[in-house]
Amino acid sequence: MLMMRVFKRPQKWSVYYKQIIFEIDNIGISSLPIVAIISIFMGGIITIQSAFSISNPLLPLYVLGFTARESIILEFSPTIVCLILAGKVGSNIASEIGAMRITEQIDALEIMGINSAGYLIFPKIIAAIIIFPFLIAISMFLGILGGYVMGVSAGACSSYQYVYGIQTYFEPNKLYYSFTKVVVFAFIITSISSYFGYNTSGGALEVGKSSTKAVVYSSVLILLFGLILTNIFLNH
Amino acid sequence: MIEIKNINKTFGDRQIVKDVSFKFFPSQTNLVIGESGCGKTTILKLMVGLHQLDSGSVLFDGLDFPKLNQDDQQDVRKKIGMLFQGGALFDSQTLEENVRFPLDMFTDLSIKEKLDRVNFCLQRVQLEGKNGLYPAELSGGMKKRAALARAIANNPRYLFCDEPNSGLDPKTAIVIDELIKDITHEYNITTIIVSHDMNSVIEIGDNILFIHKGENWWTGNKSEILHTTNKELFNFVFAGEFMKSVFKVQNK
Repeated sequence: MLMMRVFKRPQKWSVYYKQIIFEIDNIGISSLPIVAIISIFMGGIITIQSAFSISNPLLPLYVLGFTARESIILEFSPTIVCLILAGKVGSNIASEIGAMRITEQIDALEIMGINSAGYLIFPKIIAAIIIFPFLIAISMFLGILGGYVMGVSAGACSSYQYVYGIQTYFEPNKLYYSFTKVVVFAFIITSISSYFGYNTSGGALEVGKSSTKAVVYSSVLILLFGLILTNIFLNH
Repeated sequence: MIEIKNINKTFGDRQIVKDVSFKFFPSQTNLVIGESGCGKTTILKLMVGLHQLDSGSVLFDGLDFPKLNQDDQQDVRKKIGMLFQGGALFDSQTLEENVRFPLDMFTDLSIKEKLDRVNFCLQRVQLEGKNGLYPAELSGGMKKRAALARAIANNPRYLFCDEPNSGLDPKTAIVIDELIKDITHEYNITTIIVSHDMNSVIEIGDNILFIHKGENWWTGNKSEILHTTNKELFNFVFAGEFMKSVFKVQNK
């Protein structure tokens, strides 16, 4: 029911367009620092842990670059970063909309004759679907770069070996799989969080509960849909 | 004009509104008064569709609002301005953006025309020059006045006010009351005010509905209310020391 109202034809596109731009900044651009920091460090950790685990001299060292690329593109950036975004963006959306509900701001929208669900939720969903793939692309790049910097500086492999590794056996289809996951996760995070925020009733305590529920349900659904999409795309 | 006919509302096993009927006239300040918890805010929310009626009808100039489809209800709502108890200003928007919001959504005015209208409304509520402030930077009285500016921005035909001067000092409360009264008379608006403030009743009560335990208990105007013989209304009106002294003066 809520989603039907969310995707009802916008009352005024110019207002919605401005909201989408605002949400791209609010949801996406403001998440860039945390995504960047986590990606660089995780890329480095993946590479160093791989180097530590590879004790067989028969395995070539370019495997480090290969492992870092595969881990980051297939799982770390699309899934783990989206789980982190579920915490940051999801709680932000649920608490923002929840606070608007308990302070009668949503009622005020309704009284004005505005489709409050559409006005508040639609721009967030569209903004997340647009900006999340860019965030994840940046995360992939920085993760692989972090692996390079840490791996080479720690002496785990040479620069040539790492670069050769990240270019080896590359299948572009995997990017298609990853970005499909990201779009689905973007929808899950924004719609679930908006749902819990929109249906908040009571006071500040309930806003906190809605925020927690939004993060928990979004995270569980991300893992569930991650599994389903992996089965669809990679299970030949 | 707005007319409510035999409206009823039950929450769980508690009937909050019992068969209430009343007519709210344009160019008058229509007050719904009563003790806390008597059902007056519920009546207001039933009228604007924030709660669903169990039975009865709410007629906006003859249109039965609850029976209209969603799109037609939205058309009626575009003619409604509402002042919420807490102001309900949008936190993320400045005062100017808050007041401009209904104009952005429902009009095709140019940017300059919108700004002129915003400045006019802010000047009308004595908040001129405060365009750039956020709700968090406003005092309680300023928030109420800002919310009133937003409510009148799009020239509403109906104005609903839920406890417009609760939590305000007496002087600011009178300013809000006077503003609502002036706007109502100037623009021929049908104004409905929910209040339990006797000062408001005496100041601006053109047409009064007294609710007691969810029922229409008494109707009249500000002159009649001071001479009431209705026991419950008498106890409500003359509960405070100030009103008791008014009563003594009257009966000397």
